[in-house]
Order: sequence, then C-alpha cells, then structure tokens
Amino acid sequence: MQFQSQKVAMPYFIAAIGLFVGQILFGLIMGLQYVIGDFLFPAIPFNVARMVHTNLLIVWLLFGFMGAAYYMIPEETETELFSPKLAWLMFWVFLVAGALTILGYLLVPYASLASMTFNDAWPTMGREFLEQPLPTKLGIVVVALVFLFNISMTVLKGRKTSISLVLLMGLWGLAIFFLFSFYNPSNLVLDKYFWWWTVHLWVEGVWELILGSLLAFVLIKVTGVDREIIEKWLYMIIAMTLITGIVGMGHHYFWIGTPEYWQWFGSVFSALEPIPFFMMTIFAFNMVNRRRREHPNKAATLWALGTGTMAFLGAGVWGFLHTLAPVNFYTHGTQITAAHGHMAFYGAYVMVVLTMISYAMPMMRGRVANSGKSQIMEMWAFWLMTVSIVFITLFLTAAGILQVWLQRVSTTPLGFMAAQDQAMLFYWLREITGVVFLIGLVVYILSFFVGGETKESAAQ
Amino acid sequence: MSQAFTKSMARNIFFGGTTFFFLLLVALTFDTMQVLPKRDHRENITPQVASGKHIWEKNDCIGCHTLLGEGAYFAPELGNVYTRRGPEFIKAWIAAQPTKSPGRRQMPQFNLTDQELDDMVAFLKWTSEINTSKWPPNIEG
Repeated sequence: MQFQSQKVAMPYFIAAIGLFVGQILFGLIMGLQYVIGDFLFPAIPFNVARMVHTNLLIVWLLFGFMGAAYYMIPEETETELFSPKLAWLMFWVFLVAGALTILGYLLVPYASLASMTFNDAWPTMGREFLEQPLPTKLGIVVVALVFLFNISMTVLKGRKTSISLVLLMGLWGLAIFFLFSFYNPSNLVLDKYFWWWTVHLWVEGVWELILGSLLAFVLIKVTGVDREIIEKWLYMIIAMTLITGIVGMGHHYFWIGTPEYWQWFGSVFSALEPIPFFMMTIFAFNMVNRRRREHPNKAATLWALGTGTMAFLGAGVWGFLHTLAPVNFYTHGTQITAAHGHMAFYGAYVMVVLTMISYAMPMMRGRVANSGKSQIMEMWAFWLMTVSIVFITLFLTAAGILQVWLQRVSTTPLGFMAAQDQAMLFYWLREITGVVFLIGLVVYILSFFVGGETKESAAQ
Repeated sequence: MSQAFTKSMARNIFFGGTTFFFLLLVALTFDTMQVLPKRDHRENITPQVASGKHIWEKNDCIGCHTLLGEGAYFAPELGNVYTRRGPEFIKAWIAAQPTKSPGRRQMPQFNLTDQELDDMVAFLKWTSEINTSKWPPNIEG
C-alpha cells in the first residue's frame, strides 16, 4: 500500500463480505421455498426474501466497487485521496441506509412501507431490483454523487491513467443511469422500456467498464506486464462491450409491446455480446502467461483468471443460449433466465470484487500477500464457490428446459404449477449445491483469520 | 495484439463506437416512441388502470410473478392471466389467499378492498391487450 488514504477501502470490503453472507442466506431460504412452498410463510414470503436477496447483492457489489475505487485511485493517480473523511462518512450513511431498507422489507408489509415512504406521491417502488423506498433511492444518489466528487477530485489533482479514466466513466455512468429508476409512468410498456435503461445499461454496460478497469489494475500489479499493453486490451474490451451491449439492449425489447424490429437488433447485437467477455478471458490468461514477476499473492491471480473465465461462461455463453429471438420466444421468463443471471453475476461482478479484495486486503494489513496456509484456504473457497455456481446454473438450466418443454412446447401444455412440480428434483439439487456454496463462503471468511508467515509490504 | 495497433487507436474505437451506437439507440428509441401508441393502446389507460398498476407495485407482485416475462419465476405469468382465468376468478383467487395447503407455495393475503380488486383486474385486462408479438407461446404463459 503506497498511500495512507487507500486504507479507507477496508471498511467497504468488510461490509461487502458481510452483506454477501446475508445475500446467500436469503438465497438459501428462497431455494428451500421452491421445494417446500410454505417454508417460513407468512413470516418471510418469497417476494420479500427475493427483494432482500437481490438488493443485498446490488448493495454489496456497490460497496465492493466503491472500496475498489478508493483503493485503486490513489495508487493510479499517485496522490492521496481528496478526502478520506468524506469516504468514511459516506460509508456509514450507505451502511445505515442499506440496513434500514432491508429491515423495512423484513419487518413491515411492503404496502405499508410504500405508504410510509411517500410512494403514493412519487411511485417508484415495486419494480424488480428497484424495490427501494424513495428515501433510499435518493440516498443512493447522494452517496454516489459525494463518492464521485471525492474520486473525481482525486483524479483531477493526480496522474491520469487510462485505467482510472475508464473506472471514472463506469462509475459516472452508474450514477447517471440510476436516475431512470425515478421515472415510472402508468403505461407499463414505457415503464419497462426505461426500467432497462437502469438495469441493462448497468449490468451489460457501465458496470463492465468498472469490471474491466478493476481487472486491468490487478493484472498490472500481479503480472508486472507493461501498462501500455494492458490498457490497450482494456480499451478494446470495453469498446466491444459498448458497441455490442448498447443496442444489445434490444434483447429485452422482444415481447414487452415494443416494435418487432427489435427482434433483429436485439438478436444480432446481443449475439455479439460474448465477444468482449471472450477477449477478457484471453486477456487474463495472456497477461498471466507473459508475467514479468512472480507475485506472492497466488490467490489474487486465481481470482483474476476466474473472473475472465466465469464472466465469459455466465454472461457470454449462458447469455447467448437464450438471446436469439426465436429461442427467447420459448425461454423468456423461465428458469433459463435465472440460470444465466446466477452465473453471470457471480462470474463477472462477484468475482471481480473478490479479486480486488484478494489483492488489496493483505496490502492494507501490511503485507504483500497472505501466508501460504491462508492462501490455500482462500483457493479452496474459490473452487467451492465457483464449482457450486456452475452446478447451480446447470440444475437451473435443466429445470428451465423441462419447464419450457412441459409448459410451452408440448402439444398438451401443463399449467405453471404442474410444470414446476415436475422440476422438483432439480430444485432440490440446486438447494443442496447452494449449501456447498455457503460452506465455500464460510471457508473464504475463515481464510482472513489464518495466520502464518508473511512478507512485509515494503518488499513490493 | 500487434505493435502497430496502438493504445490511442483502441481508445478512439472505444469513444467512436460508443458514441455511434448510443446515438443509434437514441434514434431507435425515438422511432419506438412514435410506434408505441398503436401497440400499447394507451388511450385505454383509465385512472382505474393506473390505480391497478399502483396496487400491483405496492404489493411487490413482481417479487413472485412474471409480467410479460419479467419478474420472478416462482409463480405464474400474469400478462395473460385475464384471458386465461377471467376477471371473477382473479378476484376470488386473490381474496382466498393463502391456501394454506401444506408444503405448497403460498401467496400472502394482501387485504385488497373490492375497489382495489377491480382496479387490479382493469390493469391486468389492459396489460393482456398489449401487442406483445404473439408472446407467450400459449395460454399457460
């Protein structure tokens, strides 16, 4: 760690991991509700568990992104952070706002929560992933703006690298496209159309800039490959991301009332969306193969390679699987979507945040890398979680194929619940695999508390 | 990548490509906005339909159901439930929840008034009339 202010990243990473645990616990609750329908009913209905599951994911990834930015930006710009105090203040604001929102979901009926938070005056709630009450949404905007101010001021006074520029563009894009969450017309088609301007342009747009930038930063550090080469790759990857991904949004405009030409635009452009992810895989492996130093943090390198690979599989391959309009006609809104969602989010965003944590945490704790013992444990966690998510995805895909066949393709189509009953085996297997994922996460957390011999960070 | 291909070339492709395709998205969006009124029949969005959508959102129905294929996959698609089940069934069903049959998926009791139930049905009726390019494949959703 070269600058004192980088250390403000630590609480962000700790909060991220803590909320990650919560996300997985609620995922397991939902998984069990898939097979034992009345589990925890009416205390935690499925829709509440799902809100908590997805909102915790979003919040902890945002904590991860912000922590990563606070760690990276001083090192990239070669100057102390503009204001570590502001970063600490925003940490508490975001954590308290996030915690209150989750408690609100769990303790108050959603309709009452909506009435209490002015949703009748300005309705924004009750839409997938954007369930947050109005005050929380406004809080997110405030936290994002103060955070961006802090980061932008740091970049302005320091060295300007391509990696920090790309990160900054990604983070500003994140804040700007979130503003669409405040637009909720009575016309469902318009609502859906612009809802995607937050959701799609986040996860298949600007978040990928953040992802690329984080990955490039860690790869420079662990491989020692020339910055020019890494940044050239970064620009090509994000160029392909946005060239394919922006109009690729059309794959959400097939069946929601939008004109039919979107079936062409959406199919063609989103069929190309795996390309930047494939480039990311090649990039990660290429840079590690051409490494000019042996960095003692093997775990961070493994996470970086894992990000490249799993993002390609989850976002690229599993996305392509159901993105062509004639295929999507049958798979839209089934477990196939859920399968893709799980592996894509894990492979792209969870893994890149864990890559960054894996690299930065030891540095902030005064060493280049954790002890061998601790790293081996972290790598066990890597494999447990990664293999689990692969199998969760495979089981959900199987359930999805069965569902599509029984409910939509068959000449004597079954009703929704009758088809669900036929997929129970796969839901059970998914739940068991989910428990293995949780074990992996516990091992991951334990790896932070394993001692052993380490090198001092002065060695870098 | 080869030496002749420089970082600034890559950067220019990024900025040029992003700008071009974002403008294409804006142009397509502009055209979509012109065409949509014929497909969403917005002239039929009465205050009752708007109120139904509000009730839909306030109870987080999307947390279990899909609506035009978007949402959660825990409970049936409701974009075409009006045609599948009809207005009376929908109201009776919502009022009768939860079924409390052991081990089965449960829908909460939302305590909707008769007026709210009618509004919800109006919203689902309007939704079922959106031109969705013949999706879903059959009545089961």
